[in-house]
Amino acid sequence: MSYDLIGISVLWLFLYGYLIVASIDYGAGFFAFYARLTKQDPLINRLISRYLSPVWEITNVFFVFFYIGMIGFFPDTAYYYGSALLVPGSIAIVLLAVRGSFYAFENYGSKNNIVYLFLYGASGLLIPASLSVALALSEGGFILKQEQTVSLDYRALLTNPLSWSIVGLAIASVLFISACFLAFYASRAEDRAALKLMRTYALFWSTPTIIIALTAFIYLGQHNERHYQNMMDLWWLLALSVAFFMMAMWLLYRGRRYGLAFVCVMLQFLCAFFAYGIGQYPYILDPYITIQGGVTSSAMGFALVVVFFGGMCLLIPSLILVFKLFLFDADYVKGKK
Amino acid sequence: MGVDTVLWSKLVTGMTLGFHMIFATIGVGIPLMIAIAELCGIRKQDAHYTLMAKRWARGFVISVAVGVVTGTAISLQLALVWPNFMKLAGNVIALPLFMEVFAFFFEAIFLGIYLYTWDRFKNPYIHWLLTIPIVAGAGMSAVFITTVNGFMNQPGGFEMQDGQFTAVNPVQAMLNTATFSKVFHVLSSAYLTGAALLAGIAAFTMLRKGVTGYHKKALKLMMTVVLLFGALNTLAGDESAKFLAEHQPEKLAAGEWHFETQSGADLILLGWLHAEQKIEGALHLPKMLSFLAFGNFNATVTGLNEFPPDERPPLIIHYFFDLMAGIGFALLGISVLYFLFAFWKKRNEHNKWLLRLIAAGAPLAFLGVELGWFFAELGRQPWILRGYMRVEEAATTSPSVRLLFFLFLLLYVVLGAVSVLVLRRLFNHNPAETEMEKWARRADEKRTGEGAHT
Repeated sequence: MSYDLIGISVLWLFLYGYLIVASIDYGAGFFAFYARLTKQDPLINRLISRYLSPVWEITNVFFVFFYIGMIGFFPDTAYYYGSALLVPGSIAIVLLAVRGSFYAFENYGSKNNIVYLFLYGASGLLIPASLSVALALSEGGFILKQEQTVSLDYRALLTNPLSWSIVGLAIASVLFISACFLAFYASRAEDRAALKLMRTYALFWSTPTIIIALTAFIYLGQHNERHYQNMMDLWWLLALSVAFFMMAMWLLYRGRRYGLAFVCVMLQFLCAFFAYGIGQYPYILDPYITIQGGVTSSAMGFALVVVFFGGMCLLIPSLILVFKLFLFDADYVKGKK
Repeated sequence: MGVDTVLWSKLVTGMTLGFHMIFATIGVGIPLMIAIAELCGIRKQDAHYTLMAKRWARGFVISVAVGVVTGTAISLQLALVWPNFMKLAGNVIALPLFMEVFAFFFEAIFLGIYLYTWDRFKNPYIHWLLTIPIVAGAGMSAVFITTVNGFMNQPGGFEMQDGQFTAVNPVQAMLNTATFSKVFHVLSSAYLTGAALLAGIAAFTMLRKGVTGYHKKALKLMMTVVLLFGALNTLAGDESAKFLAEHQPEKLAAGEWHFETQSGADLILLGWLHAEQKIEGALHLPKMLSFLAFGNFNATVTGLNEFPPDERPPLIIHYFFDLMAGIGFALLGISVLYFLFAFWKKRNEHNKWLLRLIAAGAPLAFLGVELGWFFAELGRQPWILRGYMRVEEAATTSPSVRLLFFLFLLLYVVLGAVSVLVLRRLFNHNPAETEMEKWARRADEKRTGEGAHT
């Protein structure tokens, strides 16, 4: 296996990891705000802050990791996406900043501040929306290159149904994934009231998620025929994804095995995400960057892979420790510690 | 490509770095202080020190949060504002950046565990052990990022062919000639600043609310650290000057207003420039520059006039350098004074004037760090990658960068203001003494409760 393939596989896996942990986080922000509006906040806010407070930094690092790894393995991406995304990227930075600081500040009294809670909830939807724009850009047709300057065609981007359906899909799936996880966490904490509420949210957001996913797929077919055809060739992955979705729905509807239901949701997104990613092969940015053409030197690729495995040897045991302490320690989850 | 866009790009990055630097320094420096205080608490069985570690950790989280968001901002801005730089240098510097993310990841994981497990282990040493990965992770983050800055000053580990890097050796690039002195100086100054900050807070509180046992202990502990790292930092500064004299003489020459190459060169302190290179009102220390640069009073020091005019750094960095070095010596001097007073029984080391000096040391330390970085960055101008790429070649071409400057300015003003507000509320409403009493009462209740059971 060459460095370009190893690199893109690892990065895609990390982006998937970010998709899951960040969705939990972003969705929780929206639910916290929504619950406050509907006066149901005493039910779930303690649950949300209990899980999220210890892990928010970890979530953020997933994103930085993906981004730095991308530049490392494929330096051309810095040039194209960097030039094109100056404005949307900067807005995303500001939103991430607002959100990151919320976690630090909320422990110290501003928790009940409705303005801050609103920012927390709103950024939870706007950040995935703005980040998902990068996926739309990779389909090609939005980034213009004239001689030595690269710029973003805002008109094309904002009038294209594909970009909007990708944004919609990002928001719906964030809420769906988050609700499924929080339902599982509530069931572990044996918090019946919170469980009931989160289960309702999860069931509610399942349908929009699947409908928007189909819509985005159809628009993809109109925008980028090659990508669409490649994905159709991976029909079995898409079928698996739908099967996992059905299984998760059935479990949630019957109201049992919430852990398994969440695993099914994770697998559902894993299959769909990889079908999408493999279908885009070999392009990172259609038509400017391919993984073979844009890959860094082999010395650098080798060094990055070595560091990656060394780092994983350090990180995986530590992550297991976090999960043991905060996620699978029943007493902590129930709030006894 | 307008000059205007380049200027605004510089301003955006300078502002982000200037703001991030405050929190990055706290982020590297404070964990060591927390670890020291917690260890003292366990060994001396003194709850004051344990409380210190707890309170510092609580304040630390706030600054870490701001450090994380500004750190994320600067890492993204590298590609957004300087796309041409990242396209070229990304082939080399991605490795240390990648390693930095790992180091930070490691730190973040253990910080999360540390904060939420104060009472979860029976053996207090287990909880203390958690500080080791935090201190190490924070320190290594600084090391890796500093190697990137070292690379920008002393690019190496590649060959240049048709505007592309070939034969890249990323490890050699990390271990460039600038790395050692820079890493040493960054770490020593971060620990010095962290200790000066906490000592300053203790002194400030004592000035306002009177001398208490808790703050006396905090002050003494932190002044010890200031003394130690003040001395190490002086050594690191000296090392850096010697490095510059040998490998980057134009930066040293601009910083010292040393124009003509000569042996036995004078060290010029402050002063101002009249017309072309005519210095007035400055203090001349004979032959000291030669000594500083090479450890020999008669050594020859390269002057700025050896370099073409368009490759000379701006001369304002002279003031940055002098002030930074002055602050470094002042901090060391204050800690020496404190211990002199403490050992010389007739003098009270908690007298008002000394406490005022120590309190002033906290903002001064941060000013010193800022000046040092501005010296380092402006001293590299006009290069972004010394000898290979100029700053104006690296910047984005998008004119919106000017608007973004104001967006980020607003962000940093809000973030800075809110974190100060939150920190004040956190500590003013909950002074150490009341917290100590509350703690003791709870421990008492627990003991009597257990006594009733048996």
